[in-house]
Order: sequence, then C-alpha cells, then structure tokens
Amino acid sequence: MASSNDTSLAVSCRNVGMVWAEGTPRAHEALCGIDLDVKPGEFVTLLGPSGCGKSTLLYLIAGLETATGGTLTAFGKKVTDPSPERSLIFQETSLFPWLSVWQNVTFGLWVNGRKARERREVAADALQRVGLYHAIDKRPDELSGGMRQRVAVARALAMRPKVLLMDEPFAALDVQTRAKMQDFLIDVWKDSSASILFVTHHIDEAVALSDRVAVFTARPGRIKTIVPVDLPRPRDLFSPEAEALRRHLTELLRDEVDRAFAEQEMMSAA
Amino acid sequence: MKGAAKTLQNDGAMRPILAPLLSPSMKSLAGRIGWTIVSVGLFVGIWEGLWYFGISDPKLLPPPHIFIANIPDQAKFFNTASRWEMGVKPGSGPTPLQAMIYTMLATLIRVIVGLVIAAALAISVGVMVRYYKLFENLTLPTITLLAPISPVAWLPVALFIFGIGNGPAIFMVVVALFFSMVLATIAHIDNVNRNFINVARTMGCTKWQTYTRVIIPAILPGLLMLMRMNLFGAWMAVLIAEATGVGYGLGQIIMLARNTFNPGLVFFTIGLIGIMAYLCDLALRMMQKKILYWIPENKAVLNGLK
Ligand SMILES: Nc1ncnc2c1ncn2[C@@H]1O[C@H](COP(=O)(O)OP(=O)(O)OP(=O)(O)O)[C@@H](O)[C@H]1O
Ligand SMILES: [Mg+2]
Repeated sequence: MASSNDTSLAVSCRNVGMVWAEGTPRAHEALCGIDLDVKPGEFVTLLGPSGCGKSTLLYLIAGLETATGGTLTAFGKKVTDPSPERSLIFQETSLFPWLSVWQNVTFGLWVNGRKARERREVAADALQRVGLYHAIDKRPDELSGGMRQRVAVARALAMRPKVLLMDEPFAALDVQTRAKMQDFLIDVWKDSSASILFVTHHIDEAVALSDRVAVFTARPGRIKTIVPVDLPRPRDLFSPEAEALRRHLTELLRDEVDRAFAEQEMMSAA
Repeated sequence: MKGAAKTLQNDGAMRPILAPLLSPSMKSLAGRIGWTIVSVGLFVGIWEGLWYFGISDPKLLPPPHIFIANIPDQAKFFNTASRWEMGVKPGSGPTPLQAMIYTMLATLIRVIVGLVIAAALAISVGVMVRYYKLFENLTLPTITLLAPISPVAWLPVALFIFGIGNGPAIFMVVVALFFSMVLATIAHIDNVNRNFINVARTMGCTKWQTYTRVIIPAILPGLLMLMRMNLFGAWMAVLIAEATGVGYGLGQIIMLARNTFNPGLVFFTIGLIGIMAYLCDLALRMMQKKILYWIPENKAVLNGLK
C-alpha cells in the first residue's frame, strides 16, 4: 500500500473514521476504518445503502468537516480546509437564487476578484460544456431540476478542480435525462483530467461510469470491497460482462441492505 | 428583472379581451385598487348602516360621512398643536389645513426615521453578533434580557433623556423594535441554507466574503419582511409617544379628542393613520419587490388553489 503522503494520489484515505457530534450523547459513528486511494484522472463510485456515510466521506474529502480519526490527504497534503481544487456538487441544489446562471457559475472567480468580462467568458465556456449556453442569463428558479444540477456541475468545472466530488447529482432526474447526463459527464471528465468521486444508489450508473466501485457496509460505514470495472469505453451496458458485473454488485449491495434492515428491526425491538 | 415579461405571458393568455386595452401590470394594479375600495366600502357600509337604522349612537360612533364631511372643521383642531411647536403667535400660524398636513408629516417622518434607525442598528448588531464571538458574549445576554420589555416602560426614559419633540418619539420606535429585530436577524442568519455556506467555503470565500456575498443576500428577504412587520410596531410607538406629550402629532390629536370628548375627531384621525400606514406598507412592499427580484411569486399559485 502506498504511503499516505504520496503526492501522486489525488485523494488518499488511511483508516479514516468519522463520529458526528463526538463526545456528546448524540454521538453517531458514520464512518470507520476507510482506506481508499484515488489516482489522478480516475473515476471512483461509492455505492452503499442509505445512511451508510457516503455523503459524510465526500464532506470529509472536501474539507467541509474534519475526520475524527485517521489521515486524509489530497496530492500528498493533509486536508484541513475546503479548497476550490476539490469541488463538491451537493445532493440538493445549492445555486444562489439571487444570482443569474452565469454569475452562479463564476462565483468562485468573483471571489478571486476577476473582472466581469472575463468571468462571463469562462461562464460561457463552462455552460457550453454542459449544454446550457442558452440559459446563461436566466435565474436558477427558471430552470428545471436537471438543468440546475448541470449548472452546479458547470460551477464546479469553472474552478478547474483536480478532484470533483459528486453527491448523487442525478438522483432527482428521470431515467432518460440521467442517461444523457452520464454521457455528458464522461465527456466532461475526459477533457478535464480531474478525478471524480461519485456517489450513487444506482448500480447501472456505477457500471456505466466508473473505473472502480467502492461498496459500503452500513452502520458504521466501512468499505466492504472495491470492485474494478474493466469494461472498455464507450461502454456497452448490455454486454454479458456488464450484466455479470451488475449482478455481482446487486448481490453485494443486497446483503448490506438486508443487514441494515435487520439491524434496524433489532434496534426497534429492543 | 425579467419578471415583467413573465407576467405578460401569464395574463395575456387569461384575458384576451382586455389585453389590448391595458398593460398587465396596470390591470393588476387597477384590480388591487378596485378590491381595496370594495373592501373598505363594505366596512364603511356596515358602519353607515348601523347609524342609518339607529342602532348606533351618532354621538359616540359617528358614521364616516359625518366626520369626513367637514375636513376644514376637523382640521382646525390640528392648529393649536403645530403653533405650539413652531412658536408662532396665535392667529399668524399656518392655516388649519396646512397644520393638519404638518401634523401628519411630523408623525410619518418619526415613524420612518425611527424604523430606519432601528432596522439599520438591529441588522448591524445582529450580523456582528454572529461575526464576532466576543461581541456576542458581550451583548447578546443584555439584548435578550431587554427584548421583552414593553415600549411603554421606556416612555419615562424617553422623556427624561430627550425631553419633548422628535427625539423621544424616535427613541421610542428604536427601543420598541431594536431588541427583537436583533434576535430575528440572528435567527435568520442561523437559518441560512447550510449548502450555501458550504459552497462559499469550497469556493474559497473569506469570512467577510461569506457574509457579504452569501449570508446577507440570503437573509435579505427575511429582513425586508421583518421591516414590514415592524412598521406597525413603529406606528404604535410613535402614537404612544405623541399621546403622552412629546409635542404635536397625530397621537396628540387623539389624546386631545379624548380629553374634549370628540369621537368624530378620533375617527377622523384613525382614518388618517390608517391611510398613511397603508401607504407606508405599500411603499415597503414595492421596495421588497424591487430588491428581491429573484423571489418567485407564490401568491398567484396560492390564490389558484381550489
Ligand atoms: N450533520 C450531521 N450531524 C449529525 N449526524 C449526521 C450529519 N450528517 C449525517 N449524519 C449521520 O451520519 C450518517 C451517514 O449520513 P450520510 O449523509 O453520510 O449518509 P449517505 O450514505 O449519504 O446516505 P444517503 O444515501 O441517504 O444520502 C447518518 O446516520 C446520518 O444520520
Ligand atoms: Mg447522501
């Protein structure tokens, strides 16, 4: 195993643990003993039952919360604070309603004090990439849910992040739109050279997108196995290999969900 | 900013016949004014009816047509007050009508100045409480302690410190609104969507930038609503101050009417206050709409619920 301050790793988690509200009666262990390495340009998916700590792990990597155990580094540097290098796209929409689409997209550049003219150019480019150039002057509440998530993606891309953290970004979308968004994400990913850590509940999505899939166990969240996805891109999702992989992941996940439910029943019986 | 275009589409489809005659915004304004007249008319109608059928005693509860009919007659009561304040010799002061307008303006300006000072102070203090922990420790306990005290209790203080004139009336507004507005501002800051703050943090905002570019815009709708809700508190505080002798003003006229047993004058003044408070609220509402261009209008949807 590589040492934890390996600068060639985009993200490296060593024995990372997280207890929410540590030291209080409400303490809750969300993550325990997480070991995960993400190489530059790699696409890793986190798959697991609801409440197993996937969002928590992304928050830790983004630097929005501090891990209560273990070490977490990005390109060899310990993660202590949030940084534009590690952009998180949130599970719920997080566009500022008082800013127009292009102002939202370039919010980070605005913070850096860049001129409006330059920012608009960057926004135009980023929006072009997510196929929303026509919405550049609209306000977020004039967009559909899928369009808003694409604007959020454009906002993350405009910062040229080295690591893109995506928390179920397409969860609220219908199947067709989601498929389109997946294609678009792969395109964006290919010409951005960023690493992507992607959370999803959908096994199809994990198979379609990732280089590796990390399957989580529930309560507290641990990584059960990491499954490599050695399918050539562009992917044929109906090939026997893809089918076999889907079955494998489904079984892994079903065990966990069953276990999580059994535990909940035990807890409510007690 | 694009709101006008949106309403245009909506209304245009609904009423094709009227559409060419009036612009949609004018039409909705006309509608609002129309309903205001109907609503007030209904209220006045009942009142007049009570008088017409002899149910109410016109000496105690004179109907509107009586106390509004003779504005100059009512206006002469306003004269003494303004002369007293302006220090002019009797008989050489403003005409009754002018005096009435001075009195109304005096009260109105006290309300507005008081509200603006209270809001500016309270919002700055509220933001600073969250921005600087030390400031919170030093001020918040006292503010929380003083918040529930009724403005009436501050009245003697206002008179001791400011004597008579505009000072005590404005002080009363500030003291009546300030403390609870601080607490409300803090509550609004604490309720800002966590994701907004997290986006600011990931984008590399400094604390100052997080406040100026995210938290303030996010709480702005709440703050403007707060202003509107406290407008009525401001009116109350000014009227109380004026009624208890800070000088001339509508509150003093009501007191005068009470002491001279003149129900007509009471209702006339109440009418003036109502109209001015309504106009103030209208102005704030228009400001709200102008500033909060991004807030979607739920009212139309709510009115459409079956
Ligand atoms: N801010 C918080 N404070 C306290 N506990 C939290 C907080 N956020 C999450 N938790 C707890 O941590 C656990 C993991 O939550 P998390 O949001 O990471 O799950 P998740 O895997 O993303 O679930 P989902 O798939 O439903 O989004 C949950 O039990 C949750 O109750
Ligand atoms: Mg989650």
